[in-house]
Amino acid sequence: MSISQKIVDGLVEHKVNFVTTVPCKQLAGVIEIIDKTPEVLHVPSNKEDEGMGLCAGAWMGGMRPCIIMQNTALGVTVNTLATLIQFYQMPLPMIISYRGELGERVACQVEMAVHTKALLDQLHIQTYHFHKPDDVEEIGAIIKHTFMSRKPTAILTDSNFWGGY
Amino acid sequence: MIRSEVFKTLIPLISDQLVVCNIGLPSQELHMMDDQPSNFYMLGTMGLASSIGLGLALAQKQKVIAIDGDGSVLTNLGTLPTIANNPASNFILLIIDNGSYGSTGDQPTYAGRKTSLARVAEACGCDNVIECKAEDTAKVMEAALKGDQMTIIVCKCKSGNVPVPVIEMDAPVIKHRFMQEVKRRNA
Ligand SMILES: [Mg+2]
Repeated sequence: MSISQKIVDGLVEHKVNFVTTVPCKQLAGVIEIIDKTPEVLHVPSNKEDEGMGLCAGAWMGGMRPCIIMQNTALGVTVNTLATLIQFYQMPLPMIISYRGELGERVACQVEMAVHTKALLDQLHIQTYHFHKPDDVEEIGAIIKHTFMSRKPTAILTDSNFWGGY
Repeated sequence: MIRSEVFKTLIPLISDQLVVCNIGLPSQELHMMDDQPSNFYMLGTMGLASSIGLGLALAQKQKVIAIDGDGSVLTNLGTLPTIANNPASNFILLIIDNGSYGSTGDQPTYAGRKTSLARVAEACGCDNVIECKAEDTAKVMEAALKGDQMTIIVCKCKSGNVPVPVIEMDAPVIKHRFMQEVKRRNA
């Protein structure tokens, strides 16, 4: 089974049923499967903070949301994470492609990679780093933990985890 | 008419509806005039009222009214294609377009100059966009509430504010009572 399929299975198993996405090459497989998964309402968004707004609304409407995005967009979402997701105490799993790590070919991606963990740290966001393919086995526990704690959670998935790309 | 006067005409219609209200003075005015557990007040995060409203409308069956402003829609213009391409028949987006950033000192927005938000919404693919004068907003809202079609209302009103207290309710309390209300209405 592909890593992408395992990620989607982990989401579905833990009753995530509303997913918003902003594409990344690394996450293309996940997004494709999400779109075809009948248990999940997939609402693509144009910007990550917009997506977090959708997730907040879906949560208050009784669904279990998740956002799939690239780490380069983290800066765009700082205010939304602080003043919406955290201030109102909402759960939000964020599956994030960790561009700019080992194996990266685009130098500019490294510029946000060096800020990624620092930003998450500064925001006190619980963060898990998937570096080896087997790390995917933790997805279910992380989703469960996110909804239990009613906080945002970042899952950083780097190039090595995806087996290069 | 200014925003608070438009609100006065709307309250009999929206008091018992699920309302997601824009940050700043709009939420403060609504809170002062008609606080309800069915109101979700945004205390921060400019621009996301329409996104929160759409997410809520897609997630459950009750009607949802998102009250947004021209400045806030301009800051999150990407919301309009998302709304257009994920239509929710229970969603009403009311854009109070006073041509200014009301909460920050009435600086003019581009919506008060050359940009028509109604036409932007139509160009984004929104099907049922109605621009109206402030005086007609209640009538248009009444029809939208009776109908079974997603509606975008652009209410053209005057710029201006009334003195209002800040909302002192804690954010998780606002969220909790709103979620209880959503749950009760969907039970
Ligand atoms: Mg305005």
